[in-house]
Amino acid sequence: MPPPVGTVQPKLQCETMKTCEYQQIDPRALPTPTPAPPPPPPGHSDQREEPRGPRRKWQVFPGKNRFYCDGRIIVARQSGVLPLTLGLILITSGLFFIFDCPFLVKHLTSCIPVIGGGLFVFVVITLLQTSLTDPGILPRATPDEAADIEKQIDNTGNTSYRPPPRTKEVLINQQVVKLKYCFTCKMFRPPRTSHCSLCDNCVERFDHHCPWVGNCVGKRNYRFFYTFIVSLSFLTAFIFGCVTTHLALSKWAQGGKGLVFALQESPGSAVELVICFFSVWSILGLSGFHTYLVASNLTTNEDIKGSWSGKSGEDVTNPYSHKNIFINCCSVLCGPMPPSLIDRRGFLPADESVQTAGVDIELPTLATKSEINVCTQGTKGLLESATLPPLLSTSCPQGKPPSAYTCPDNGPAVNSDPSPELSTSCGARHTASTHGDTSTPRHSKTRSKKSKRAALHIPNPSFDVPVSPTSPDAGPSSEARGHEGASFASLH
Amino acid sequence: MATEFHNLQELRQSASLVTKVFVQRDYSEGTICRFQNKFPSELDNRIERTLLEETVKTLNSYYVEAEKIGGQSYLEGCLACATAYIVFLCLETRYEKVLKKISGYIQEQNEKIYAPRGLLLTDPVERGMRVLEISVFEDRGSGSSSPSSSMSSTGGSAR
Repeated sequence: MPPPVGTVQPKLQCETMKTCEYQQIDPRALPTPTPAPPPPPPGHSDQREEPRGPRRKWQVFPGKNRFYCDGRIIVARQSGVLPLTLGLILITSGLFFIFDCPFLVKHLTSCIPVIGGGLFVFVVITLLQTSLTDPGILPRATPDEAADIEKQIDNTGNTSYRPPPRTKEVLINQQVVKLKYCFTCKMFRPPRTSHCSLCDNCVERFDHHCPWVGNCVGKRNYRFFYTFIVSLSFLTAFIFGCVTTHLALSKWAQGGKGLVFALQESPGSAVELVICFFSVWSILGLSGFHTYLVASNLTTNEDIKGSWSGKSGEDVTNPYSHKNIFINCCSVLCGPMPPSLIDRRGFLPADESVQTAGVDIELPTLATKSEINVCTQGTKGLLESATLPPLLSTSCPQGKPPSAYTCPDNGPAVNSDPSPELSTSCGARHTASTHGDTSTPRHSKTRSKKSKRAALHIPNPSFDVPVSPTSPDAGPSSEARGHEGASFASLH
Repeated sequence: MATEFHNLQELRQSASLVTKVFVQRDYSEGTICRFQNKFPSELDNRIERTLLEETVKTLNSYYVEAEKIGGQSYLEGCLACATAYIVFLCLETRYEKVLKKISGYIQEQNEKIYAPRGLLLTDPVERGMRVLEISVFEDRGSGSSSPSSSMSSTGGSAR
């Protein structure tokens, strides 16, 4: 039941849950989280009820991602049309090498397969890097942090029954920027961070969720994505040019017997021609668009929403731009590569099983041991460890630690079907209230001859309506979320 | 250092976590990682203001160094692009090197300054670079209340 537009409804979208109301996180109800202890050695038996070996953090990751190779590879839950993208690239390139290269090597130069091969390898590698890299996922707030934030919000003096609006204003380079509170991740989102509904994660410098690549595009993989589309433009244009040359040359070589004859001789070229003709425009357009974004240090998200275009008449400028095209390009594409913050392969701390077991709030012995380990352990231990709470603070808003913490343990949170279990047991559809403002623009490349902006085909920014045939199961729920979006859109 | 540690161990065994104080991010200069230099009031009687401010300032300078865009980062970026970014899988980036330095620094600060005062810093990288978490432990001399009641009394008191 969507709330009326214009009301502030920071409650969570949890139709499956009975107690669906604003609840402050009670710090007293929280178990004592400990600072990050290092992982115990696998044979360590000094733990309560440890039926299985030490688990890695990716196994209890709350977002909708899937992990392979023991956490080394991360993909979004829905791979979108990534297989199609890969398939098209492989098929087109394969046909090129089989049908066109021999002719062109004979009649022109042998550089052609070399260039084509180099471009092809480049494209595939950057595509895989874009798809399989953590885009800059922010781990969710620990219960302590969330409680601290709630306390601060409530201390702003709100006495009415309605919960306070969950935005915070900061001044960035003399520009006022509103930070929104993410109900799923329980934190105020840093600037330029958005929550992706498909992946159920907050992603830093969120650009868009690309179904063609099957992953979000964010801070950590934007440069891979940009390199991918630029090199794909080159590859597509190159193949198109080569095929045209091949057909033209063969037509003349045959004494002008006609294009049809040439196509009959080389049917693969016909397929390539069709694919390249339709994709070159959209991919070139997309590359051009992203080149513009890179040069102005904008994200697709900001451009779509017009955050810095001053549409409301105020004098707004992009506070993140360096005001110099060259510096903008360098900082976006050649800047330092931040590491992944979610530490997928780290081990869960020893007291994880203890926390899942019962409601014991205080465990001084275990806690102190952990702290000692923190002090004595080397940097490796400090870096590799993170506490349980960031991973287990899923979308269960109630102050009931046991149920909250057991949710991911039930879940094959990483396998093919996590969401039904999580939805029913944890009411994991809390991303709704955060959507209206994220308006995850899904970049859907169409393969028809359209203008550059139309090629992006961003749906109504306030509603998370799926436009590409990638997320059928997200459809109904996202429509429901769209109503929440309206109420938040009105906040702007 | 060994004697300090022994004292610390004893303190730990009888002390328990009272509360956690969070130093939030400062976004006034954009999205670069920077923490606010605002001294939390909960630590008023636990540590000198200047010590914490010095720690935060040093951490901020480390992060500036990690995220600096200049000659070396451009070189790294261009080289990476030329190799289709495979080099990121093989080599450690500058950012990661600086993060290691930071965690060493935090450990050193914990040992020297914070642990003797019953405090503990958590490396921000373990909290997704959102906050600098300072765990406050019950001071042995401050009272003999049981851990759970001290926790509830802290939770109940308004800040």
